[in-house]
Amino acid sequence: MSQTIRIQLERYRPEEDSEPWQQTVEVPYHRDTSVLDALNYIKDHVDPSLSYRWSCRMAICGSCGVMINDEPRLGCKTFLREYLDAGELRVRAMDNFPIERDLIADIGGLVGHIESVDPFLIVDAERPLSEGENLQTPLQLERYEAFSECINCGLCYAACPQFGRNPQFLGPAAITLAQRYNLDSRDDGTPRRLAYLNAEEGVWSCTFVGYCSEVCPKAVDPAAAINQGKVSSTLDFVQRRAVDPVSTEDG
Amino acid sequence: MQSRQTDIVIIGGGGAGLRAAIAAAEANPSLHITLVSKVYPMRSHTVAAEGGCAGVVQDHDSTQDHFEDTVSGGDWLCDQDVVEYFVEHATEENLQLEHWGCPWSRKPSGHVNVRAFGGMRTERTWFAADKSGFHILHTLFQTSLKYPSIHRCDEFFCTDLLVEAGRCAGVQAIEMRTGDHVLISAKAVIIATGGAARVYRHNTNGGIVTGDGMAMAYRQGVPLRDMEFVQYHPTGLPGSGILITEAARGEGGVLTNRDGYRYLQDYGLGPETPPGSPKNKTMELGPRDKVSQAFWHEMQKGRLVETDQGDAVNLDLRHLGEKRINERLPFIRSLAQTYAGVDPVTAPIPVRPAAHYTMGGIQTDSRTQTRLPGLFAAGECASVGLHGANRLGSNSLAELSVFGRVAGEQAAQFAAQADLVSAAALEAQAAEHCSRWEALRTANGPERTSEIRDAMVNIMDRCIGIYRNEPDMRSAGEELAELKLRYREIGLADDSRAFNTEWLYAIELGFLLDVAEAMTHAALARRESRGSHQRADDYPDRDDTRFLKHSLASVERANPESAPTIDWQDVVITRSPPAVRRYGGQDTSLKEVS
Repeated sequence: MSQTIRIQLERYRPEEDSEPWQQTVEVPYHRDTSVLDALNYIKDHVDPSLSYRWSCRMAICGSCGVMINDEPRLGCKTFLREYLDAGELRVRAMDNFPIERDLIADIGGLVGHIESVDPFLIVDAERPLSEGENLQTPLQLERYEAFSECINCGLCYAACPQFGRNPQFLGPAAITLAQRYNLDSRDDGTPRRLAYLNAEEGVWSCTFVGYCSEVCPKAVDPAAAINQGKVSSTLDFVQRRAVDPVSTEDG
Repeated sequence: MQSRQTDIVIIGGGGAGLRAAIAAAEANPSLHITLVSKVYPMRSHTVAAEGGCAGVVQDHDSTQDHFEDTVSGGDWLCDQDVVEYFVEHATEENLQLEHWGCPWSRKPSGHVNVRAFGGMRTERTWFAADKSGFHILHTLFQTSLKYPSIHRCDEFFCTDLLVEAGRCAGVQAIEMRTGDHVLISAKAVIIATGGAARVYRHNTNGGIVTGDGMAMAYRQGVPLRDMEFVQYHPTGLPGSGILITEAARGEGGVLTNRDGYRYLQDYGLGPETPPGSPKNKTMELGPRDKVSQAFWHEMQKGRLVETDQGDAVNLDLRHLGEKRINERLPFIRSLAQTYAGVDPVTAPIPVRPAAHYTMGGIQTDSRTQTRLPGLFAAGECASVGLHGANRLGSNSLAELSVFGRVAGEQAAQFAAQADLVSAAALEAQAAEHCSRWEALRTANGPERTSEIRDAMVNIMDRCIGIYRNEPDMRSAGEELAELKLRYREIGLADDSRAFNTEWLYAIELGFLLDVAEAMTHAALARRESRGSHQRADDYPDRDDTRFLKHSLASVERANPESAPTIDWQDVVITRSPPAVRRYGGQDTSLKEVS
């Protein structure tokens, strides 16, 4: 633990700071020290006023997303050893969200978008539990499985230039979640969700930069979900035109 | 101070809290339900459960077998009426999750698959690869969005229960974004705040698992029951304690010491089974208490593997092959690669026991009601009587659904016939709490939160571990009392309000110290060895004559600062009188895993 590395933190405390400022701290590290470990070290030993979110420290709870040297990363899944050549880490709250304090982004917009796409199983006819489980083959599960693994960390929103320009854009995680249910063999809710996906703030706002999938810490590939959403949206449009060439309302 | 009113307030947005919210909303859609959580619900620690969720489903299995496995796994300290209810309802709750979209892993036929788990004589653990808790939590969170009567207060930190005229009448919280105090009056309150393994240094838990609900109930005179029973999970990563699921052994992984020897056969769990052909309740599929105790003995014998993060044993999955590891244990592969620098396809994972789960908690009856009218508790924070002295893996995820639902329904029933206590009647005590928390925020004493916390976790690791002895436990009691005195001299560097985590960590530390004391004094009082509570030096055997009883740790009313008083409550025995626990070759009814 004798070696140290320099970490530059972007601080912002709404009660006393009119704008963000930079704080530089030397942190000891070993091979396994994560950025989250470093933040915990700073909080305990250098400056107790630093605030950030964290919990599981194993990349499953989704709390600790931050910008590290301008890249959206999970603090718990990023290691100081990766930055030895750079010689310094710069850590700040996730881009494209308002800052609540220090490294804490206001992710209310992200959670609101997730809530807005009816992300639950919608079935036309409820089956009683006494009839047992709905059958679903491993192949049917595989169609949506990757899209069900999103941890809602928000890194894809921090990476998305479109969300940065227009916070109303549903964004990668919410569209992926809608797609996760649309692809589930047990679900009948696609028509309802297509209304959101087809809307102005839905899939067509995406300009396919693809950075969302690059930064995803769980290999969910939201860009693929959005692309599939565009295909469903197009098919939906074409089908509705075929049924009723005059009106595209409620085909 | 802000003031709000609701019918039911639920503290905690993990599996139990969300299931309770949904149950209450379905039982009575006219009730206004408020779900308060110090994190966004999908961050709750249910998210980190990996292996699976128990529920009898195979034709050759039975709820009677699940009952017997749970009762003997708990070393006969389970309330058997509660276990009976649990095994009868676990499967329907798993099915309910399936109907809500949970992506359970499947057989080629499309039916739900089950895997082997420690202490279970038949495969009955439903799983979603090795992210079962994650998928259950996200399914429940997303499903909860269907119910307009569920209102969330995300990132509201509960500090106190409000009690008026002998009834729980609401909660007090801090809105983390602003630091404002909020009074929420309610007709019924459900605590679902999870466990407390953060009282230990080496633990599998997230940073948020700080026993908040347990301490809040304890401070209002509700006993904490069976707190001496802390489960060490046998396989955490050395250093971090990150959880490596028991499913790794359920799928056929083996544990070896420095000599490559399958040491579990020396501790009543053999005979040795061929690698890749696991046998239920045998060797690596023994119960967690015994597998962790075996590690301790290997440590005494100097047969551990040295790593730069401390001594360990090896969890070897190599014989499973890459395809099966990727299919059944993809998260484990990723965790081992990221946090131990090991690919389990080509090398064993170093592991050691880590504090994982509190079998005990807030005393409730079999229907989740505490002795304080209007207050209910469910999930890890509660002691409903299910787990006894040692929980079987995969029973706790099922517990969240089974007893989360019961708590929601019971609270709905209670709220329908109760009046709201007026906010005015609660304001005096709320103001008192407020001034106490404000004094803490602006405290400028010489003691630091992080130093007291570090001292506490070291005491607990050293003295209240896998094996305990009288002098260490006494010393722990004294040292914790000293820490509580130091806690009163605490000072904060940061007196701001908005998202002041130094302040919140200091409040959590107060909760943790209460819970650590309850664990320590309950452990001292239990002069026997049972399940996860082992006293090899002075009381090496189970003593059913004196200790077939639950411990109850309560605040000393006359002097709340002193150590808890310990009382006892009889265990409910219905159909299984206490007997010897039999594993491996001692149990003649066992078969190989299909």
